[in-house]
Amino acid sequence: MSFEEITPSEFFYRNRDLAGFTNPTRSLYFTVRELVENSLDSCESKGIKPELFVSIAIDGSEQQEEPRFYDVMVQDNGGGIPRRHLADAFGRVFYGSKFKLKQSRGMFGLGVTMAVLYGQATTNRPAFVASSVSGQRYYGYQLKIDVEKNRPVILRKFEGRAVGWRGTLVAVTVLGDYQRAESKIISYLEQTAMAAPYVTMIFRGPRGEDLRFHRVTDFMPKPPHEILPHPLGVDIEMLKKMIRAWKDRGDLAHFLTRSFQRVGGKTVQKLLERIDIPGSMEPGKLSEDQLQGLMSAIKSYEYFLPPDPSGLSPLGADLLEAGVRRMLNPEFLTISVRKPSAYGGHPFTVEVAVAYGGPRLKPGITVFRLANRIPLLYDESSDVTWKVLNNMDLSGYRIRSEHPIGVIVHICSTRVPYKTVGKEYIADRPEIEREIRLALRDAFRRLRVYLSRKETMAYRKKRASTYSKYLPLIAKFAAGLVGAKKPPPYEDLIPTLEREVLLVEEAA
Amino acid sequence: MKRRRSLSDKEKALKLLEELGENVYQRMEEGEYPSLRIPDRNVRNIVYDETLRQYVLGPRTSLRTARNIKHLRPLTQLLWLAYFSKLLVGSKKTSTLRDVFYSAQAYRVDFEDQDESDERITELEALLRVAREELNIFPEERSSIFGQLTIRYNVPGYEGRRLDLTSHPDGVMIGPALTGADFVDTDAEMVIAIEKGGLFTRFIEERVHERFKAILINTAGQAPRATRYLIRRLRYELGLPVYILTDGDPWGMHIAMVMISGSANAAHIAQLTTPDAKWIGVWATDIMKYKLPYDRLTDVDVKRLKELREDPRYRGEPWSTQIGAFLKHRRKSEQEAFAKYGLTYIVDKYLPEKLREVRSI
Repeated sequence: MSFEEITPSEFFYRNRDLAGFTNPTRSLYFTVRELVENSLDSCESKGIKPELFVSIAIDGSEQQEEPRFYDVMVQDNGGGIPRRHLADAFGRVFYGSKFKLKQSRGMFGLGVTMAVLYGQATTNRPAFVASSVSGQRYYGYQLKIDVEKNRPVILRKFEGRAVGWRGTLVAVTVLGDYQRAESKIISYLEQTAMAAPYVTMIFRGPRGEDLRFHRVTDFMPKPPHEILPHPLGVDIEMLKKMIRAWKDRGDLAHFLTRSFQRVGGKTVQKLLERIDIPGSMEPGKLSEDQLQGLMSAIKSYEYFLPPDPSGLSPLGADLLEAGVRRMLNPEFLTISVRKPSAYGGHPFTVEVAVAYGGPRLKPGITVFRLANRIPLLYDESSDVTWKVLNNMDLSGYRIRSEHPIGVIVHICSTRVPYKTVGKEYIADRPEIEREIRLALRDAFRRLRVYLSRKETMAYRKKRASTYSKYLPLIAKFAAGLVGAKKPPPYEDLIPTLEREVLLVEEAA
Repeated sequence: MKRRRSLSDKEKALKLLEELGENVYQRMEEGEYPSLRIPDRNVRNIVYDETLRQYVLGPRTSLRTARNIKHLRPLTQLLWLAYFSKLLVGSKKTSTLRDVFYSAQAYRVDFEDQDESDERITELEALLRVAREELNIFPEERSSIFGQLTIRYNVPGYEGRRLDLTSHPDGVMIGPALTGADFVDTDAEMVIAIEKGGLFTRFIEERVHERFKAILINTAGQAPRATRYLIRRLRYELGLPVYILTDGDPWGMHIAMVMISGSANAAHIAQLTTPDAKWIGVWATDIMKYKLPYDRLTDVDVKRLKELREDPRYRGEPWSTQIGAFLKHRRKSEQEAFAKYGLTYIVDKYLPEKLREVRSI
């Protein structure tokens, strides 16, 4: 048995199913998703309102049966990537020394590279990337990834006039099954647009589908600050990596105050007293035992302030409302936004929208799950939101099974606790569960008010129409029985208040 | 006691219908919500009348008012039925329960199903204290009659026409026309009501109507109200004794009892019972005495017997003895069981013996 060192790109290539690229259906969906999320992040980080063009086309006409080759292309209007970084950005897997945290869609910045790797592995076609930073000229590469050496191999170069376009374009050819992936891809685009109402997106599908989502607001959420990790949010491997990256910029006390949030001089002093290590020690010189001691001291330290929420960028009530309205156009909508909270050293916040009625919702509860503005479409029933809903007494909120209700739950965090690497459902952390429950309760309370008002109106209307239906008949039959020509008067017996409601409804 | 069928009964029904309309019309004219007091037909309001020897309704009533939105629909249905009955009686037309259900649609009156319209008809009967037959509404089920009796029809198109009830070898259907006909001439000395068509046919073939001077009636299971009404007329207008022959089990026994003392279902209707009719068999004791082929009583049979034992109608004889015998021997036999001794045995031996036995009591 021999051991070999493998490059990060080879590692991801070998384990591509971990990232969701398990079969042609899911892979096509994940390819679209990674490209779109990459573009959205790139626009938002520059404060640009995203405009995306997404296209999926059958590659060549000779392949009739699924799965077959598809050309997937996403073009954005983001900041673009300078020429010297362009090939590396998509043709190389980075592993770096960046420990600062902020909310973003991608977790490792690997998504697009995974799509490139997957395309290359299944179709042996190169990827095409192009970008313009200036709006004057664009430059592009046809490239493959040398997996063993973890670097891009440029096959062709392009350059030309950008005629006002600034942004990035990525095109890959992948083995996919559009027939099976279609509904997921459409839902993904719709819900992405819901989570980001300031986005304009145009989609062209292989069967001539043409979906357009125009932005419904010019406001974008406040971008997140980069924050240092909270001490409770790191494990021992992370700690070691941080010490390696620290090199010899100062002693242990310095390292701790500079590398973590919520750690000042006093905290360091108290922490180190507990494990009897001097603050003046060089962090690189810590023994394995001392590292272990430091870690457990951190875990058992009870006075840390909660993590700084400024790394989060929630949508806020207005944007969430605009997004949900665009997608569902509901009869009734209410939003509940929670204050930031934390689990295990990671800040998070929960935003909930509850919608009733409208053209899209079907009877029953439909759950839309969003995490850091990404829609989650797989494994819905395992998600924490359903766990919370199943433990609630919905009838107490006058919710009945035939009611068309949409529940939209958005979780923002510097680290969303996905249960699997495929990032499809959220683990049931008690802290997160609690926040979702509180937000839902708040929103459901307002839904209850609406539903009971609606019920009262419906009851009054029904009452009036019942009387309007039967009283004339009773009058007619009574007249028939006594042999009278004219029926007795009945108009005044129809309840007055109800009659008004009926007239209002008829006029509307 | 001679009772003549005449238009005056119909006139009485018409008058009651008009009074009902008057009540509603007047209330509405005064700007009030119309309401009706309807006799309560719930079991708690059904009591056994020892002198009448039948179940009757007690004094409880329930208010049905247009003030209550839930009452609007049934109230409308009830008034429509009254109105429809008026049209039927006025034009001398009849209608089956099913016809009634469908006719409602022409008046934009909705019934969920025929059960609902049947229920409302029963309510109207209770309200007016008039049988639906008086309102020219009849059930579909028909039983038949055969024997030496001549009747004269009263229905439109047949007024005055006569019919000899031996003229058709399968018997004559008992429908509204026959129930309301006048009895003109008869040689008969008794009436025998039989639960099943097979034995009815056998009796005709064996000329029981001549040999015993009997009018034969096939009740085809539980006797329809029209048939019970006709039997009562035969008993009291012609003074004929009535004998009932059913299967030897609790269900057959109860078929006989309903003809004699009425059912809880029709507690609101008088004149359907024949209190001195006699159940002549098949008795539990007959099963033993004639060594008839039998089946074992099922759990359901036994449960039913125990229920009947508690029923005040079953207190006298032969009922209590027979219930005791059923429960003791746990046997039941159908009328056809006599075929064991040959097809004519039941007519040649059993029937004369039983008639003698019953008359001697």
